[in-house]
Amino acid sequence: MKAYLTRRYHFSASHRLNNDAFSAEKNRVVYGKCNNPHGHGHNYVAEVTLSGEVDPATGMVCNLADLDMFARTNLLDAFDHMNLNTLKCFANLVPTTENLTIEIFRRFQSGFNHAHLERVRVEETGNNSFEYAG
Amino acid sequence: MVLLTRKAEFSASHYYWNPAWSEEENVRVFGKCANRNGHGHNYTLEVTVAGDVDADTGFVVDLKALKEILEREVVSVYDHRHLNLEVPEFETLVPTTENIAIEVWKRLDGKVPGARLHRVRVYEMPDLFADYYGEA
Repeated sequence: MKAYLTRRYHFSASHRLNNDAFSAEKNRVVYGKCNNPHGHGHNYVAEVTLSGEVDPATGMVCNLADLDMFARTNLLDAFDHMNLNTLKCFANLVPTTENLTIEIFRRFQSGFNHAHLERVRVEETGNNSFEYAG
Repeated sequence: MVLLTRKAEFSASHYYWNPAWSEEENVRVFGKCANRNGHGHNYTLEVTVAGDVDADTGFVVDLKALKEILEREVVSVYDHRHLNLEVPEFETLVPTTENIAIEVWKRLDGKVPGARLHRVRVYEMPDLFADYYGEA
């Protein structure tokens, strides 16, 4: 029987939205207060949804301990209390939450093989969220 | 077609244990959930039904009736119970969040008049939930 399992992970990070290809004026127009030169931060929530057949022996789609361990190394240690703009993955990419969602999806898709990755949803604030399903 | 979701809550205890395995294997796979004295959660159940809006009532389903069905079929059976010891389906089935979602589906499927069961979502805690959509 196919079921879906979703786990939410919390991390806090700062970022600044700025495209080096734009003029300073255009960056201010496009990104508004998110273009503040000193950056700003959010408490992000990354919601990771996996799917698969429920293993009759364990009752699980995948073992949460494996998922949490992967998330610890590849999500929380990478992003929590970091300035996203300083990270290699955002060296040439504006760290909007759209791009952050895609980056997190790619990390799970390429490295976590205990279940099928359905979707990643990232809440930037309680009012903004972004989804990517590949 | 419109989807309608009703929430219900229950609190229950459980543990994870596969009797076909050694104690070492159970502890390795299930970690602290294998503690045979059990532990508990406040579960939140979200039941989503699908149906056409009735032209006379404006309802997909009578919410009061749905609430009573959830109470009778699930909450009265699961709430303040030890799932492994007191709920029949978990005598031989590990009461993971995934399996609870599947068993709640089986308890509700076909029992909601005028609507089709679309999804059962079970939150074990706010940061962990399982979804089941029936046999696709």
